[in-house]
Amino acid sequence: MEPFAFTPRAGVPSSYRSVEAWGMTHAADARVLRPRTTDELREAVRMATAAGVTLGPRGTGCSYGDASVNSRGWTLDIGGLGRVLAFDEATGVADCEAGVTIEGLWKHSLPRGFWPKVVSGTMFPTLAGTVSANIHGKNNFAVGTIGDAVEEFDIVLADGRLLTCSRTEHAELFHAAIGGFGMLGLLTRVKLGTKRVHSGDLEVTARATTNLADMMQYFEEHKATSDYLVGWIDCFGAGRTLGRGLIHDARYLDEGEDERPLADTLALDHQELPANIMGVFPKAEMWEVLKHFANDPGMRLINGAKFVSGLFEGNRPPVRQAHAAFAFLLDYVPNWKRAYGTGGLIQYQPFVPHATAHDVYSECLRWSQRKGFVPYLGVFKRHRPDPFLMTYAQDGWSMAMDFKVTAANRADLWEHCRELTEIVLEGGGRFYFAKDLVIGPRDAERMFPAENLQRFLELKAELDPSGLFVTDLWRRVFEPLARERGLLD
Amino acid sequence: MSTPPSTPPQTAIVVGASSGMGAELVRKLADRGYRVAALARRQAALDEVAAGRENVLTWTHDVTDAPSVPAQFEACTESLGGCDLFIYAAGVMHVIGPDEYDTQKDFDQLAVNLAGCVAWGNEVAPYMQSKRSGVLVGISSIAGDRGRKPFPTYHAAKAAVSTYLESLRNRLAGHGVHVCTIKPGTVHTPMTAGMDDLKWPITAEAAADGILDAIDKRKNTAYVPLRWRFVSLVIQAIPSFVFRRLNF
Repeated sequence: MEPFAFTPRAGVPSSYRSVEAWGMTHAADARVLRPRTTDELREAVRMATAAGVTLGPRGTGCSYGDASVNSRGWTLDIGGLGRVLAFDEATGVADCEAGVTIEGLWKHSLPRGFWPKVVSGTMFPTLAGTVSANIHGKNNFAVGTIGDAVEEFDIVLADGRLLTCSRTEHAELFHAAIGGFGMLGLLTRVKLGTKRVHSGDLEVTARATTNLADMMQYFEEHKATSDYLVGWIDCFGAGRTLGRGLIHDARYLDEGEDERPLADTLALDHQELPANIMGVFPKAEMWEVLKHFANDPGMRLINGAKFVSGLFEGNRPPVRQAHAAFAFLLDYVPNWKRAYGTGGLIQYQPFVPHATAHDVYSECLRWSQRKGFVPYLGVFKRHRPDPFLMTYAQDGWSMAMDFKVTAANRADLWEHCRELTEIVLEGGGRFYFAKDLVIGPRDAERMFPAENLQRFLELKAELDPSGLFVTDLWRRVFEPLARERGLLD
Repeated sequence: MSTPPSTPPQTAIVVGASSGMGAELVRKLADRGYRVAALARRQAALDEVAAGRENVLTWTHDVTDAPSVPAQFEACTESLGGCDLFIYAAGVMHVIGPDEYDTQKDFDQLAVNLAGCVAWGNEVAPYMQSKRSGVLVGISSIAGDRGRKPFPTYHAAKAAVSTYLESLRNRLAGHGVHVCTIKPGTVHTPMTAGMDDLKWPITAEAAADGILDAIDKRKNTAYVPLRWRFVSLVIQAIPSFVFRRLNF
């Protein structure tokens, strides 16, 4: 034989990997299939069916919790389908394979004068993942979720059929698969709108707020005119400063408002995140520094310092900031999650209606401080309802709270989250499966309208009767409910 | 009732396990309580290594069949329940005449010593990276430190293996994975059988002890035994115009 001839085995490329939740709290070794075409993806579905194993859909694995981990079965990695198929430069409609990432999308659209309507705080998730989780951005209150921007998608069902779904074609599946976290089928193509921009920069105003009510008031006063609103919360603030923080309020520049040539600010090198922090520290190594602060005193110090610097920042006039730099805050420090150590982190993000939000979040913060589980990062946003079957969004708010997980605190932390969940559900709140790792089937029953949950479980039973598409999220929250209702063998 | 061990047993894959250092490593790891996957071309020899050791699983595998490596790695890892330690111990050295230039022989050596190591390394490295733990070990050789007269391609293959492993070490260090390059001196193994002018040879068993010690101590590069480190320093310091006049 020729020693250096290498012809990979025919069929769908696969490798054996550890498939991990983004928060590093949960992982499984698995065969990972990575189809490169829709035909190969359908072949992967056939292979898994023939082998009698489950297939867990996964994009880039950016869900904090178990939404992309299948610990008993194979994993289907959608990343091999990563081409932008077409881009309409008149309307900004992008037709993409579902493995295209938010990064792939904005880097394609921005030089053409368009920015994605909805992006996450990191640019690495795929469209398949973001649409399946129905993600939102810092502009949820203004433009809705990514599902609202989707015009149509192709989905491969468990029986291998490929359906094209839109608001008029297979409309029920369209509204159920968006936010259906991959349980109804595999997205292979997503066509979605982007927004024309007249500059590569946003105008960003910072405002320090001394407590939660202060922050909420600012959001309410500006939500009609701002394009993006996001609040950072120092969760160590207590008493009269409970919920103190810093708001970043951004708006798109109008046509002609930016005196610089449009092509200059739209260029990708204008958007690049800086490689060094304050021009000195190589950011790739920053997590190594941060890990020494990933404890209560360290985080109290960092949060406090950020709040104080925000007091100065908040008194300055608005600044111009590139879209990517504003949007992808989480990508500033690569691998920042590793600062949390080997136990990882969870993000607990309740979505609470406007009427009860202030009381619910205040109680969550107070209770966390009393129990000694102070979130190291708090992020506050405003939301609006959307028409999707399994939506988490309502006319209200969300506060994302990051908790450090260790082998020693894990059981107590889960118990703490269970107590917080009681407060949240009492206040009419919901949870978001791109983040969640802690709620159970009874919580899901309380948070979703009963008919929506029932219909979702029925659709799963109709479209995937043998339970091919399964993740640990499904096993944790939905499988027990489907079983109880006789919708599972 | 006895309490179960708090951590699951460790798992190891040894490629090139039917004889020599590979076989000794399988025995010693099994005796330490590891679950071990032992791979080689000759099943009968593997059976002998595994005899009486329930925690050793064997597979017939030819490292020159690179396309079979992904599925083979998956089968081993699934059967063991993971792969904490990987050792590439497959190697061949053809006896080459002083004026012999045989491309087929040379390619055969490159296929086993280098291409097989790359084919396995390329499966194991991303797996361990994704787990952010594990130890990847390659058995290179002091023969890779200089290009001497007797075995041009063997020297070249081992130099390439050392450099490949160094690159993996640098890639994986930030991911909690350790890569260890072993450089044995002369060892009595089937590969060196028939060579009567071996200098300071040790047994394969002694070499395996040295290798496990280096793994335990998370050495980057370990000469086995240590004295070869000093030999290597001397050899590497010899200027080329002198080196070409030496016959060893």
